[in-house]
Amino acid sequence: MLQAKKKTGLVFFPAFDWAISPTHPEREERLLYTQDQVFEEGLLDIDGIVEFKPDLVTINDVQRVHFCVPDPWAVMTESHFISAGGAKTIGMAVMDGKVERGFALVRPPGHHACRVVHGTRGFCNVNIEAIMIEYLRRAYGVERVAIVDTDCHHGDGTQDIYWHDPHTLFISMHQDGRTLYPGTGFVQEMGGPNAIGTTINIPLPPHTSDEGYLYATKEIVLPILADFKPQLIINSAGQDNHYSDPITNMNISAQGYAALTTLLQADIAVLEGGYAIEGALPYINTGIILAMAGLDYNRLREPDFDAERYRQSRDITEHIELLGEKVLKIWRQRELLAETARAKSYPDQRNRHIYYDQDGIHEQQNEMIRICDDCGGALRIESTAVRPKPILAVHIPVNACPACLDQGHQWYETADRNKFADIFLQDRTTDRYLSGAKK
Amino acid sequence: MIIGLDVGGTHTDVILLHGRQLVREVKIATDADNLFQTLLAGLGAVIEGIDPKSIRRAVLSTTLATNLVAQQKLPDVGMVVAGGPGIDPRHFRTNPFYYTVDGAQDHRGREIQALDEYQVQSIGKDLKRHGIRYAGVVSKFSVRNTAQEEKMAALLQPYVERVFMGHLFSGNLNFPRRIATTYLNCAVYPVHKMFFEAMQKALTQKGLTVPIRILRPDGGNMNIESSVNHPAQTILSGPSASVMGAISSAPAQGSCLVLDIGGTTTDMAVLIDKDPLLEPLGIEVSPYKTLIRALLTQSIGIGGDSSVRIRDGKLTIGPDRTGRAMAYGGSAPTPTDAFHVLGRGGSGDVSRSRTGLEPVAQALGLNLEQTAELIFTSACRTILEGAGKMIEAINSKPVYTVHELWEGSRIDPKHMLVLGGPAPQFAAQLQTMFDGKVEVVPNYQVANAIGCALARTTCEVTLFADTALGRATAPSEGFRQAIPPGFTLNNARDLTDELLRKKAILRGADPEDIETEILEESQFNMIRGFQTIGKNIRVRMQLKPGLISEDD
Repeated sequence: MLQAKKKTGLVFFPAFDWAISPTHPEREERLLYTQDQVFEEGLLDIDGIVEFKPDLVTINDVQRVHFCVPDPWAVMTESHFISAGGAKTIGMAVMDGKVERGFALVRPPGHHACRVVHGTRGFCNVNIEAIMIEYLRRAYGVERVAIVDTDCHHGDGTQDIYWHDPHTLFISMHQDGRTLYPGTGFVQEMGGPNAIGTTINIPLPPHTSDEGYLYATKEIVLPILADFKPQLIINSAGQDNHYSDPITNMNISAQGYAALTTLLQADIAVLEGGYAIEGALPYINTGIILAMAGLDYNRLREPDFDAERYRQSRDITEHIELLGEKVLKIWRQRELLAETARAKSYPDQRNRHIYYDQDGIHEQQNEMIRICDDCGGALRIESTAVRPKPILAVHIPVNACPACLDQGHQWYETADRNKFADIFLQDRTTDRYLSGAKK
Repeated sequence: MIIGLDVGGTHTDVILLHGRQLVREVKIATDADNLFQTLLAGLGAVIEGIDPKSIRRAVLSTTLATNLVAQQKLPDVGMVVAGGPGIDPRHFRTNPFYYTVDGAQDHRGREIQALDEYQVQSIGKDLKRHGIRYAGVVSKFSVRNTAQEEKMAALLQPYVERVFMGHLFSGNLNFPRRIATTYLNCAVYPVHKMFFEAMQKALTQKGLTVPIRILRPDGGNMNIESSVNHPAQTILSGPSASVMGAISSAPAQGSCLVLDIGGTTTDMAVLIDKDPLLEPLGIEVSPYKTLIRALLTQSIGIGGDSSVRIRDGKLTIGPDRTGRAMAYGGSAPTPTDAFHVLGRGGSGDVSRSRTGLEPVAQALGLNLEQTAELIFTSACRTILEGAGKMIEAINSKPVYTVHELWEGSRIDPKHMLVLGGPAPQFAAQLQTMFDGKVEVVPNYQVANAIGCALARTTCEVTLFADTALGRATAPSEGFRQAIPPGFTLNNARDLTDELLRKKAILRGADPEDIETEILEESQFNMIRGFQTIGKNIRVRMQLKPGLISEDD
């Protein structure tokens, strides 16, 4: 009889009746063969693997993370309430001690969704990991969290949400942004002035195989995690690094994913992308579940796997070794780098253009952070997208210091109502989320 | 007239119905070591003095297969398993002669590694050398493609008397359960076949020539011919007899709890609009998880004869039974003694019950009546807690579509049906503790045997169509057909319905009384690149468990 060495929770929500559009990669069929494989392997019968039914997230859960324009109903479908809810369900099961770790095998994904949401970007509307994490912070008082994003695409949405948060370590391993959507995630992107170093990007060259991927995990990610000492490790478990994925150029196998899962020892994994729905996902997901449960996955392999064919070149190996040195150097010098960053003129300002590929929306953002030594800093965002008038969004972080609390309220209270289409306040100290009409 | 017979752990109940009228009931002691004699005696007693020609139907629920498993008396059989990529199939070993061979198919049923025929042949020789006469073969994803199992069966056939193929037992995915199910069928087969063939012969000698039907754990029945091909589908049929016995008393609409309170245990089930809920995958016969269709039932260790004890100064009830209640000559106090002391019925010796409860009362520092009240309410509370847990488990069953999750309705039964020996006493007490209506099933002492008598034939068919591969398969029917690219969900429904009706008649259903129902269906466009290459269609239909029509 098989017995999981680590009691593992699973939320499986394949949303068999939801698609972005009929032929879109994010369609009904995506997890069909994964379901078949998971059922046929009998994974849900294994002693110590427990399946949970996902709860829905509430509007409050969404507003704790996002400024949805004009409101959450406009940017979310039922399916998003469930996939974020699936992540939340797993998070709660882990925190309540019902399981030691958990995997939310849900769709649609979320890691391209930024703090301000005007529409769909990179198949994502709301950030399901962030919604879960911020719920756990609120409900269980979790402080230090690390997110390791192993999707092939840079987790730019998650990076945006945690850019100014020194208590959340965000590490993204992805195919180099010069060769893939969304075109970001370079080593120099290391966090805002209050949180330099807690954003870490590891852009890997195309055609990286298991060897390079596991090297980066062992030599770069694990030492940083050991330094940061998170209370919770979250894996944004995208599966599009697979050698057969139709929209990326990496060469990772199901064995590679399972080994990665064993190395990371994440408390919670949340499915992100992965679109080789027949040849990869059934095997990768089986591998991740077995690895999380501490079970043997040695006999797991794709029918067409050929180790020789997917071996990486020496150039790639050397490139990744150099990359590792660069990333670790930044990590070790993060305090010095913070001083340098803060010494710049206007270190508190950031102007950005964000493109919503699905909806063809161009968003223009001006962001201002209160430079602060005591908390994440009050954050003020002006954003213009669909409507001619901008919106104003004010964020007051969890455990905000009195000065940042005052600053946030002042920004919100004194805003010129006529200038903005909507005004939002996200006050994490009271878990209060206001929008629209000012009092 | 119709005979219903239900073998229980202690008693065997036999009844005779004329239409829906109970005309005779017999209760005899079960001899677990000689079930054959128990059955013959029960059937003999119930038809005594009655013209055997007037019997039109006889349905038996036996513990034959269950006992073989529980007492570990299953004979040695061979199991040959082709796993392929995934969990090492050696983890699913069911028995000593368990072999794994090379060969694999993927989730759409495409062969990804050829079967090692030489390995299978040498296993055949090995089995023959050990004098093993029955074998089971299972391959991963055989319900998507039966070819490898068929090949294994053909290769083994020369060496054994009979080979059982996994795909014939269920169309559901679950490789480890398919292995266990095949093993149980294979291992139960020889005893089952001998037993029922002998039984039919013995009954014929008594003039009872009507074909016997055997109850299944899904609340349906099948004839002996079908049962010989699926002998493990007779396992743990007892709880389903009771559920079927409660159906006619259930409300036409809404959910309803069924409690069968026996001597040692209480079996619980749920009816929705008079239909029993089924186990999602199949029954669990410790230590085996199977794909054997079954009603969703749960058993807890509380019954009328549960042992009442004081442990560490605290009152405990069950989960064991040391014998009958003291009121009826037993040696340990029980909930039955409690209601005797309270004067709430029971025909036993109250003074013996009082004597039995005396030490319990002393240890608790209560008087006898208070003690009896405490025992009885605790027993009922345990039952209600068990029922609550069962309902919670049903409500938290995962669903996989947005629609089902968003629209999902929770059940919250406000109706309870109670049957079994101490039903009236327990029902009266439960009524004071349950927020809803509690009702005792008519003929509560033999309602299980009545349920057995009136149960319809049931069966299930799963059809899987892949228009890209151009084939439709119903593995458990050995059915495979080429389909055109334009094959639709409607075509699939019609085809499944046709296969199901055919199967039902083979199993012994009345062709005039067949009600099919869709359990699950789905249809996916398969898209590769930006092209739709075909449809992936799945339909699962059943003959609903239910009672035969009045005029039958």
